[in-house]
Amino acid sequence: MAAAGMEQFPARAQFRPRLGLRKLYGMVFTGIGLAAILVGLGMLAWLLLDTLVTGLPWLDWQFLTGFDSRFPDRAGAKAAIYGTAYMMFFTIVVALPLGVMSAIYLEEYARDGKVKSFIQINIANLAAVPSIIYGLLGLQVFVRWMELGRSVLAGSLTMALLILPIIVVATQEALRAVPPSIRDASYGVGATRWETVRHHVLPYALPGILTGNILAASRAIGESAPLITIGALTYVPFTPENPLDRFTVLPIQIFNWVSRPQEDFQGVAAAGIIVLLAVLLLMNSVAIFLRQKLQRRF
Amino acid sequence: MAQDVWRGAFPSRGGLGRKRGRRLKEGAIAGLFFAAATVGALTTAGIILSLIGETIAFFRVVSFIEFITETQWTPLFSIKRFGIWALVSATALTSLIALLVAVPLGLMSAIYLSEFAKPGVRAVLKPALEVLAGVPTVVYGFFALTVMTPFLQRFIDMSLFNALSPGIVMGVMIVPLVASLSEDAMSSVPQSLREGAYGLGATRMEVATRVVVPAALSGIVASVILALSRAVGETMIVAIAAGQNPTFTFDPTVPVMTMTTYIVQVSLGDTPYGSLEYRTLFAVGSTLFVLTFVMNIFSFWFVRRFREVYD
Repeated sequence: MAAAGMEQFPARAQFRPRLGLRKLYGMVFTGIGLAAILVGLGMLAWLLLDTLVTGLPWLDWQFLTGFDSRFPDRAGAKAAIYGTAYMMFFTIVVALPLGVMSAIYLEEYARDGKVKSFIQINIANLAAVPSIIYGLLGLQVFVRWMELGRSVLAGSLTMALLILPIIVVATQEALRAVPPSIRDASYGVGATRWETVRHHVLPYALPGILTGNILAASRAIGESAPLITIGALTYVPFTPENPLDRFTVLPIQIFNWVSRPQEDFQGVAAAGIIVLLAVLLLMNSVAIFLRQKLQRRF
Repeated sequence: MAQDVWRGAFPSRGGLGRKRGRRLKEGAIAGLFFAAATVGALTTAGIILSLIGETIAFFRVVSFIEFITETQWTPLFSIKRFGIWALVSATALTSLIALLVAVPLGLMSAIYLSEFAKPGVRAVLKPALEVLAGVPTVVYGFFALTVMTPFLQRFIDMSLFNALSPGIVMGVMIVPLVASLSEDAMSSVPQSLREGAYGLGATRMEVATRVVVPAALSGIVASVILALSRAVGETMIVAIAAGQNPTFTFDPTVPVMTMTTYIVQVSLGDTPYGSLEYRTLFAVGSTLFVLTFVMNIFSFWFVRRFREVYD
């Protein structure tokens, strides 16, 4: 009877589940997957450890408060730290309102249609343009046409345009997470669109918006290519006094130290990297804290 | 009398009389937001205009044919040659090395995170992997020059500046990009497809490789193209560790100069505005912009065209 069954389904005779072998393949495959992630994380650990070992001996009070020097043990990051702070201040002042307003327009005002999808595709595209191209834009538009020179302000405006797409996308996500029922309730009691946005949508979306902005700002702090292109200085023995002064920032200062031939400057560069990473770690921690503690769930 | 009671109960009702003013304010605010939203479009226009003006001026002096056929790039020497291939080959070489690292690592990470990792493990590993994308590129450049190159020199005979070391480090940097976009694509494959395969007796790995990956292929390909575009435009890693020798070569052990490195090198010197050297910046920048723009557009188009839609 069983034999007759086999004849009826000839393919069955060839079917070998080999389940043990297939499960073994699966385990090997899972192992490779985990290994792939660990290779990435291992590189990160290697990078951090090496930087700490090389840089910590050079990281002292003199490094944080002194200006750059030709001598490794006198080189400091003061000008770069001030320059980064100045540049970031103006970058945020410009990019945050512009980005948040663009996002509010796209999410709360614009009707679905050609204009909206054009702006949306354009923003997605801008986010993928190499940062050094923004540097050429800044060089031509801010440094030359607007005659701002190679100043803090020109750098800030360039950076603001660079992080604008990131801010817009992050803010849009935060706004989208606010349930439509909140808006409907507000319209229901007679509020206008702006009143609804101002009193209901924005307060609910605020933690998400802040998180997105902090992450965008941390991107700008680490960028150096566009600022080199607009001609930020690599050797600066002063702190900027006003927005039209010339300047340097931490990543450029690090780049400059890395490029010097003396061995000791690698240690100085590593010390600069530790400062830069510490700032980024702090900002990201604040962003994660905001997301965890302030975000409301509906 | 009755009216007074009415007023007392709804003190804010007087505001409704100011309907005209309110509408004006609403319109002004909507206009302001729209104006802000146009800054993005203006930025694109600004990029194209600022590139195109100087590039046209460049090609008035240098022939376009020479630009795209020559393999020597010596604009700062007395005998000037303008063959973009010397720079494009270096960019292609470092980017391909980066992809060779990033695609297998990123794709396997994505499959593991999406299909195999327990939720608790995933919640730790995924953000940890994202940290790689947040490290500034100048830090990667430092790592490539001072750690990766000496390490590789133990096994391979090569010079201090080379394409291999920055290529590998750049690959590690874009792993999170490939991983997170691919994982998004895999996560959006409906559960019913997986269950169908399990019902036929497939193992977990078979479900992952024969059902989930093919269904998510458009997203995976898009992530790889975006990763390539990122590698082509990456500046600091190659500027620090790949060298400054514009040579047409595909040997990964010798110093080369990418398009981005050239822009950095010229920017560091004080090039007078309007000179031919100044214009080479924009000619190279335009080439870079067109290359990455085509890749980005292709990637967006690919997702739309080949996305499997489930309802």
